[in-house]
Formats: sequence, C-alpha cells, structure tokens
Amino acid sequence: MRSTVIIFPGSNCDRDVLRALEEHTNGSVTPVWHAESNLPEETDLVVLPGGFSYGDYLRPGAMAARAPIMEAVKDHVARGKFVLGICNGFQVLTEARLLPGALLPNKSLSFICRPCHVRVETTGSPFTCRYSMHRVLQFPIAHHEGLYFLPDKEIENLEKNGQIIFRYADTKGNLSEASNPNGSKNNIAGIANAKRNVLGLMPHPERASDPLLGGTDGIGMWHSIQSWIEEREGK
Amino acid sequence: MTFRAEIIITLKEGVLDTAGKAVSLSLRHLGHQGIRELRMGRVVAVTLDTPDEASARTMVETMCSDLLVNDLIEEHRYSLEKI
Repeated sequence: MRSTVIIFPGSNCDRDVLRALEEHTNGSVTPVWHAESNLPEETDLVVLPGGFSYGDYLRPGAMAARAPIMEAVKDHVARGKFVLGICNGFQVLTEARLLPGALLPNKSLSFICRPCHVRVETTGSPFTCRYSMHRVLQFPIAHHEGLYFLPDKEIENLEKNGQIIFRYADTKGNLSEASNPNGSKNNIAGIANAKRNVLGLMPHPERASDPLLGGTDGIGMWHSIQSWIEEREGK
Repeated sequence: MTFRAEIIITLKEGVLDTAGKAVSLSLRHLGHQGIRELRMGRVVAVTLDTPDEASARTMVETMCSDLLVNDLIEEHRYSLEKI
C-alpha cells in the first residue's frame, strides 16, 4: 500500500500522519507539496492532514481546495482510489466538493481542543473495516469550524445511503446533545462519499496512534485501509 | 475602464450564524433591546480593469462562483462603481 500525504502552507498535522502511516502500514509514505500537479505513481491512499491551510482565510479549506495538486486528487478519487481528510483536510474535501456539506463555526464559538468519543457507524468502509460495529473510539479534536452542516433533505440521503461513518457519542456509545462537542447535525463526526472511497472526519486518528500520545484507537483506521487494499487489490 | 466592486457575502437564511448570535447578544447586554436579528458577513472590495461594465459584472460573478462564495451556505450581492 502506497500512501501520499499532501502538505499545504499552514498544514500542521502532516508529520503526525506520516509517522502514523510509517508505523502502522507496510508500504511507502511520501509527502507531496500542494504546488505539485501529480501524485507519486501507484498511490493508493491520499491523506489531507489537519492544520490551518492558507491561514483559514476566506473559509477554512477554501483555497487549499483550489491548489494545483487537487486536480490530481480529484482524478485519484474518480479512479476509485482512497482519500482521507482529517480536520482541515475534511474542510478541504467539502470545499473541493469531493464530500457533501460544509463545516461551520462550532455552536459554542470556542476553539475546542480535547479528547472526544466517536461511535463507529459502519464497518463496511475501507476506513473502518477492522473496527467492530458501534465501537466507541477516543480521538482528540482541535477545531473552531467543526459543525457539520448539510440541508435536512440531503442529510436524510446520507443517512439512507450509510454515508455517516462516525458520530460523536459518550463513552457508552449513547448519542446526545451533551456528547456533541460542536453542534454538528445528527452528531456527525465523519462522512464518506457515496462510493465510500473518500472519508472526511474532524477528530484526529493520527493523534491516537501511539501510547505516548495518550491513546491507540486510531491504529485501527490505518489497519483498516491497509487490509481493505490488500484484500481487494492484492497489495 | 476601472471599476470598484464591493461584494457582500452572508450566510444563507437557515444556516446557523453563531458569530451573529454572539454579537447580537453582546449588543443586547449593552442595552440595545430592539434587535430582532443580526447576521454577520464579509465584504470583499476589488478594483478591476475591464473593457466595459458587462465584462466587469461577468468577472465578479465568476470570481464568486470560483472561490469567494460557497453557495451551499452563502449568498452574495454586489455593487459596482466606475472610478
């Protein structure tokens, strides 16, 4: 499995993602600058990391979504390959229209930086196939614009199509307003596109991939992607 | 010809405007009790060199759809002044 991590001006979680992929997958991991126009050959997974690309000017992710490398990322998605956007990477994916919706300022208007819990809503995705259904994971969040918004009618479609991959929950997996840190609709923490080859989530699995960081629940995501690719593509 | 466009971008009706809510609350605390609603937005002022007004308008609309406005959550209006 070959992974590529895109670095935008203002990305600040790229090293964490590179390290998590190096530690927990068995293939090459390459950083690529946003001004490039091609991905390394035979890339399976592209990760758009967290941070504050372009200083979050205009709207978070808006300018990164129009960076030169994003044409290659769109082509990668169209070929059925995998893309994971974490935090600012999720914002970039919605701005690039590779995922539906938008991320608005948190309901509390505060920047929230703390551990949170998410519940796995499906194991039928490349990003969650090694987790168990409804398992509760502890991932840190660190964002100001994390309130997932989509008009109600379209949210219904996401629900119907099983595109909601993670929801904010309490430690027992119960969904409530209290367990929803940013006011996201339907407690949504992460969604996939209809083909499920693109995932965006606000919480940070790469910051929960080493005991030194206080948690290892994120390792399952790297193992999921790797085993999905190995099983289906023999890599 | 030179034009100055002032583009005003606001959140659509029905999209939660948390900043607007906070500011209106603060104004109420200062004694401004008659505020029914307060919506925040941003202004983008652009000076353009184009052959005529029609091409200036086309350029503003294209810039909005290409980058300045996310039409899922935002709407815009603008004024154009020849300078």
